[in-house]
Amino acid sequence: MIWPPSVCGLLVTEGVRGEGGVLRNKEGRRFMFDEIPPLYVSQTADNEEEGWRYTQGDKNARRPPELLTRDHVARCIRREVREGRGSPHGGVFLDIAWIKERIPNAAEHIKKKLPSMYHQFKQLADIDITTEPMEVGPTTHYMMGGVRVDAESQMSDVPGLFAAGECAAGLHGANRLGGNSLSDLLVFGKRAGDYAARFAKDNSQGKVNPDELAAAEMRALKPFENAGPAPYEIQYALQETMQDLVGIVRREDEMLQALNTIQELKTQAERAGVPGHREYNTGWHTAIDLQNMIIVSEMIARAALERKESRGAQFREDYPTKNDEYGNFNIVVWKGASGEVKLRREPIPPMPDELKQIIQEMK
Amino acid sequence: MANATFRIWRGDQGAGQFRDYTIEISEGMVVLDAMLQIQASQAFDLAMRWNCKAGKCGSCSAEINGSPKLMCMTRLNTLPLERPVTVEPMKAFPHLRDLVTDVSWNYQVKKRIKKFKPRPPDAPDGTWRMAQKDVDRVQEFRKCIECYLCQDVCHVLRDHHMHDQFIGPRFLVYAAALEMHPLDVEDRISDLKEQHGIGLCNITKCCTKVCPENITITDNAIIPLKERVVDRFFDPLLKLFRIFSPNGR
Repeated sequence: MIWPPSVCGLLVTEGVRGEGGVLRNKEGRRFMFDEIPPLYVSQTADNEEEGWRYTQGDKNARRPPELLTRDHVARCIRREVREGRGSPHGGVFLDIAWIKERIPNAAEHIKKKLPSMYHQFKQLADIDITTEPMEVGPTTHYMMGGVRVDAESQMSDVPGLFAAGECAAGLHGANRLGGNSLSDLLVFGKRAGDYAARFAKDNSQGKVNPDELAAAEMRALKPFENAGPAPYEIQYALQETMQDLVGIVRREDEMLQALNTIQELKTQAERAGVPGHREYNTGWHTAIDLQNMIIVSEMIARAALERKESRGAQFREDYPTKNDEYGNFNIVVWKGASGEVKLRREPIPPMPDELKQIIQEMK
Repeated sequence: MANATFRIWRGDQGAGQFRDYTIEISEGMVVLDAMLQIQASQAFDLAMRWNCKAGKCGSCSAEINGSPKLMCMTRLNTLPLERPVTVEPMKAFPHLRDLVTDVSWNYQVKKRIKKFKPRPPDAPDGTWRMAQKDVDRVQEFRKCIECYLCQDVCHVLRDHHMHDQFIGPRFLVYAAALEMHPLDVEDRISDLKEQHGIGLCNITKCCTKVCPENITITDNAIIPLKERVVDRFFDPLLKLFRIFSPNGR
């Protein structure tokens, strides 16, 4: 959602497009038909009729271009907005109400299929999605990078630390597809739990180093002694920097500029101060989170700079095409001896034969 | 745009007082936006729970002008702004800090309700067959986001503090979803009467009124369960019949 300002960034489910919702610019044109990536031409409907049949469950129809990968849809919306064909508040129109031309009782159908979207727009934006289009724009939705884990056990490089889901890296490649987050959680969440339980049984409790503990505690409590700015302002500034300079379309100069800003914010964050005590103190939580947000932001920007190509969700205006050489490695980011962010290229292990076979069968 | 004043409960473990905060408001704002703005500009340590900001997670329950609501779904243009808007924590649960209460009692209650127990699979491949009509009936109950506003408004809990005898509307809805599930074969009727205190509900429908998901709690969940309890334990004809019936039911 992009309007009103207070709901800007709220998720509008891909399900709206799945049920037949179409994207239009201010001229009423279904602009998603204008540019279909060569790789997907054969799987994508080339006319509205076929796209509609796909959304109604016709197995012989190809999917409408609105259901192309998220990164592509996001860039197309950005293009429409940049070229002056956007909606009044800087997005485009997502229309599900139009299906009344195709089916009887469309309003009831929409309410039944998309109850929470109906509710959300009605209550928060005074828009009835069964009669009028929504205004939408792209936003940050999912983090493909994350903690490096062993694929079998989900254990990270830190023994006994397990990760699964969005915080873990590697499963979704360059772009997660709709619905895959849930399957990820179910499969790898179970694995993480199983292996964590086994690890706990097989190992005695580790020793805690009291000096490290004291240092961590001191670091955590520092915001109470600081007299610096409130953490929220720094967080908003960081958010804006990342959105503007390391967003949907990336460029070297902009990302370098972002890295400079991140450094400045890092200095400010170290001085961020909060009042009150430790219990349920959201300001304090933000001050602590901020340290991590800054580290992650820097990692994202540095890894994006290192990847001089466009692949999946990463689109580089200065390197707009895929480079096969870059398909052979992951970029691993870690903390150097003095806390600095370091990168290395890690070759991707060859695909096991049983997986190759599945892919062959799918073709 | 205009200014608005929010009278927020500040304090720890029940002790505290209202404090006024005035901010500039803008189009489309909800109460949660106002709270976040106040937190970021005036009350850095204001304690509250929130997460999705879209009425899906059920975290930001509070009492706005005395009425239990989700802060994220309460638009400012639905409130009279010429006087301060009061924002308080829920009253049916122990207070922790500012707008945060300890709702863990609810988690304990849920554990006491007998779990889903499906009948053996209908088909050799381990799957079941259900009629859409039967599924539709429980679908409504599945919308619950566990915001506990219904628990908060229920006088059995809020005013009479009968937390140890009554599970509250939320968990009667949960029990109804299980009892009416087309595959479930567990029997919770005796528990509802003896352990869960369903008789304490005197159907004032306050819970239905505050439900942000518009679940018809009283009519569709609680009353049918009450009917089942009555059928089992209080129907004189059935009682007589049971005396002569070989399996006693």
